[in-house]
Parts: sequence; C-alpha cells; structure tokens
Amino acid sequence: MIEAQRLEKRFGPVTAVREVSLQAADGLITGLLGPNGAGKSTTLRMLYTVLRPDRGDALIDGRSAVREPLAARARLGVLPHGAGIYPNLTARENILYFGALQGLARAARRARTAELVKLLEMEEFADRPARGLSQGERLRTALARALVHRPRNLLLDEPTNGLDVMAVRALRRLLQQLRDEGHCVLFSSHVMQEVSALCDEVVVIAHGVVLEQGTPEEIRARTGAGSLEEAFVRLIGVADR
Amino acid sequence: MRAVLTVFVKEFRENLRERRTLLSALILGPLLGPLLFAGGLTLRLERGVGEGDHPLPLAVAHGERAPNLLAFLREHGVTVTPVDYDEAAARAAVRSGREQQVLAVDADFAGRLAVGGPAPLELYADASDLTGSSDSARVRGLIAQYSALLGRLRLAVRGIDPLLAAPIAVQDIDVSTPATRSVLILGTLSYLVLLTMLMGGMYLAIDATAGERERGSLEPLLTVPVPRQQLIYGKILATCAYMALSLTLTVTAFAIVLRFTGLERFGMSVNFSPYVALAVILLTLPLVPLGAALMTLVAAYTRSYREAQTWLALLLLVPTVPLAFAGLVGLRPHLALMAVPSLSQHFLITSLLRAEVLPASWVALSVGVTLAVAALLIAAAGGLYRREALLG
Repeated sequence: MIEAQRLEKRFGPVTAVREVSLQAADGLITGLLGPNGAGKSTTLRMLYTVLRPDRGDALIDGRSAVREPLAARARLGVLPHGAGIYPNLTARENILYFGALQGLARAARRARTAELVKLLEMEEFADRPARGLSQGERLRTALARALVHRPRNLLLDEPTNGLDVMAVRALRRLLQQLRDEGHCVLFSSHVMQEVSALCDEVVVIAHGVVLEQGTPEEIRARTGAGSLEEAFVRLIGVADR
Repeated sequence: MRAVLTVFVKEFRENLRERRTLLSALILGPLLGPLLFAGGLTLRLERGVGEGDHPLPLAVAHGERAPNLLAFLREHGVTVTPVDYDEAAARAAVRSGREQQVLAVDADFAGRLAVGGPAPLELYADASDLTGSSDSARVRGLIAQYSALLGRLRLAVRGIDPLLAAPIAVQDIDVSTPATRSVLILGTLSYLVLLTMLMGGMYLAIDATAGERERGSLEPLLTVPVPRQQLIYGKILATCAYMALSLTLTVTAFAIVLRFTGLERFGMSVNFSPYVALAVILLTLPLVPLGAALMTLVAAYTRSYREAQTWLALLLLVPTVPLAFAGLVGLRPHLALMAVPSLSQHFLITSLLRAEVLPASWVALSVGVTLAVAALLIAAAGGLYRREALLG
C-alpha cells in the first residue's frame, strides 16, 4: 500500500510537483499517467525516498518516507528510470549484490536469485558480464534486482521505455502475476496504450497536480469521454488552460 | 557495518575486472615509474662520472703559433685536430655541429707572449648545446691553468714570489656523507611514490559518484535500506585498498630497482633496506584515506565522468604543491611542518633514506594530523551521499 499525501517538491524556482495525493492499493496495478514533464518521476522519486519532499509525506505500508526512510525503503522494490546495472558484474552478481544490501543472508540470496532467474527467464544470460546484455536483458536484471527482497510494493518509472514488443508483453505478464499475488504495483508512463492495457487504477497528473484518480471506466465516465485516451486529452487540455 | 563490507567487496571485485584500469593503476604506475627513475638516474650519474676522463676533442686553427700550449693540452687529455679555418669557417663548423669547439690562435700570440702582454686566443663554442658545454668548460679550465702557470713563471722570473698574486686560498670541504649525497637525487622519489599511490585509487574514486550516476546505477543503490554514508564508506574503503596496493608495489619496486642501480659506485649509498621500505609504506599509509576521501569528494561535485577525470588529474598535483614550495624556499624539516600532510610524508621519507633517526614527535604529529584530516574528509563525503544534488 502506497499513499502520497499532498507532496510538493521545488527545484530552485521551478515547482516540479505542486500537490500530489494518491493511493496505490495492494492487489492492484496503479498507473501514473501524464505528459512529459508532468512530475511523474519526481513524485516517484519522493515515494522511493531518493528525494525529500518540501511538503507532505508518503506512506509505504504505513511507514513515513520522510521520517523512517530505511523502514520505508525495506518495503519497496524500485525500478528507476533508465535503471543502470554494473557492467563488470554478471547479471546474477548484480542481483546478489542488492540481495546482500537488502540484508539477505548468503544462502537466502542465492536461492532467491536462482528463483528470479527462472521466473524472469534469464538462464541464458545470467552468468554473462552485464556489459554485453541487450536492453531487454538489462531491464530484466534490474527488475530481478528490485524484487530480490520480496517487497510488498513495487515502483517502476517508465519501465517499458526502449523495450521491444515481446519484452513489453513479458513485463506485463510479470506485473499481472505480482498483482495477483497481492503486491502493490505503481508505475509511471506517458504511453496511453500501456496504461489502458494494464492498469486497474489510473492517476492522471499534469503540471505537478493530480487531475483524476479512479478506474479507467470511472475516469471515462467523469470526463464524459468515449475512451480513456480522449479523457486524458480532455483532462490535459483543461489543465493547460 | 555489514553494508560497508558488502559494498567494499563488490567494488574491489568489480575494479579487479577492469583490466585496463588495473594495468595502469597497479602495473604501469608502480613499475614503470621506478624503472624510468632508476634509468634516468644511472644515465645522469654515469655521464657525470665519465666526463673527467673521456678524451676531449678540440679543433685548433693555426696551432703552430702556440706549440707549448698544444703540448700542455695534449698532456691533459685533449685530442688536438689541426684545422685550417678562418673566423667564418670556425663559426660555421661549430654552428653546424661538425666541430664541438674550435680554438683559434691569433697571429701575434707568440709576439704578445714574448713582451709579457695578454696573448689572444679565440674559443668558438655553442652555449646552447648542453652536451658540449661541459666540454668547453673543461677546455677553458685547462687554458686558465696554463695561463696561471705562465703568470707564476713570469713573476718568478722577475724575482717576485708568485704566492703574492694569490692572496686568498679557498679550500672546499664537503661534509656530505654518501647517504646525504644520494638524497639530493632521490628527492623526487617521495613525489613519485605519492603520485602513484593516488593514481591507484583514482578510477574507483570517480566511480563512486560520477560513474554510478552516469551509468544510472546510483538511484537504485540509494533505494536500498542502508544508511547512505555506509555506501560511500564502503566505496572509500575499496579506493583505499587499491591505493595501499599501489603504494606497496611502488615502494617495493623502488627498493628492488635502486638495489641494482649501484649508486655506491658513485659514492652514494641508498638506505633502502626492506626495513626502510616497510617504514616508508607505513609512514605514507595515513595519506591513503585522506587521498581517497578527497578524490571522492571532488568527483562527487562534477557532472560527468569526463569532468571528474579532468579535475582529479589536477588534484594529483595538489600533494606536489607543498613539495615544490618546500624545494623553492629551501624548507628544512622541523616539528611544525609535520602538521602539513604530504609535506610531512615527504620529509619523513627523505629522512629515512638519509638514514637519520626520526624524532617520535615528528612521526606522531604527521600521522595524527593526516589521519584527522582524513576523518574530516570522510565525514564530509558521507554527508554528500545524503545530498539530493548528488543525483545530478
């Protein structure tokens, strides 16, 4: 369960996030939808405690990201934007390293890594140095790294960027599987189709403000639009004026 | 503390796989430096020693006008080649390098000598030719000797004691011992040791912040439930390990290489026993965490890997500033100077090589201040990882 309460973040004179409140419940995939520069990444970065909000707070399973960041982080699996991995380590070593940092004992992190390698179909490249991996293989490595400590909550920032169709489908299946296991999944995207294909709940954000939150049907109904895409365009259009 | 160790092990192992970096940090720097140093040293010493006895070629125009002078020069190891140059030809021959120097005897040389006046000679040499300059100095010295000899004879002939013309007699007394003589040359050694040590950890120091950021691995790293300063401590520890490794290799290489340069042949002794080598390493070791933390800090403020490399290359010069300053103003080691990191290590290393006894207070102050500054810098670096600006 992830809850943002009136988050605000300024960078010098620029207010990147003005006021963002949202809920991402367990057992649901929540999509953070907004045009480029809407404040999606900044919001997620505050949720996963890399940025400190100027105002407001975020609760991860009830733990404050501002006051108890370590406890909040322990409950989060994070796939940041353009998540980089260590090129001189193999894919498996990349995962093991984060397992160790998450506090898993040696045997436990080995077993969990093997499990993830199987789950994400990484057997073929798991023991190759990461420098030679393809974009999709890197993403799977980064995803496994985010899941190594079995977090209840998963945050993904534009996870499908630069992936081919097959990789996107595999990622979707994985996120649905995690949802069905009762995880809370929150991801950001500026791609309409992505969100409508995957999300149970949508948060529309523009100019650092939440415009709508609800199921795709609810948002369509409230904006009186025929499709989610049209609803999105109308919402953004209103915000731009 | 377990996270510090985890980061340390990972960084150490990852860097070990970076072959090219490893090659420059642990092989080229520590081995090539001492070898080049020793090579240059030997070359310089051999030339310095050899100069006194190698035959000295001298082209002489109109030598027949000064047969006694030529006999004197030949007696003192000069190989005289008679030539037939006029002034212009002599200039051209020296300038073109065909002759290193040409001595021309004037037509009235003998006449002036006979009447007791100064007899003119011309010595053509190229002052910008460094290898020839010591040769021409030798020729000039020999002619001055001959001139003094003639002067004394003239005085004696006139019934005057030649000693009257030498009112002052200076005697040079060299108090340098073989060990101190070599230290003059080995002064650059401590500088090379410090430089190589810093270079050994440069890559990792950049990687800790600028590298992680550029690869996009910094943000995932910051999402693990570990206090952020522990992450940077682990990285600094790994940087320290490589710097210490580089330091040990360099000093060992110096100890071995200098053993084979045979400085003793030139009246110098290098006190570089295994015990001294160990002492050099131990006294320089406090500078390792200081250098590692300083490089990490500087790299953290840069925007890219490239920029970090540029700044750190400049930073490599920092430990040399006190050394150069000390050399310029002729600073001698004393207690207060032991409070300056890098300068104190330089003095301590030099003293060790001179086989002097190090006052315990010097060692204590040098180690104490260096470690204190290191602790401050490490704490500052720890604070950096808590700053948001680190994300760039």
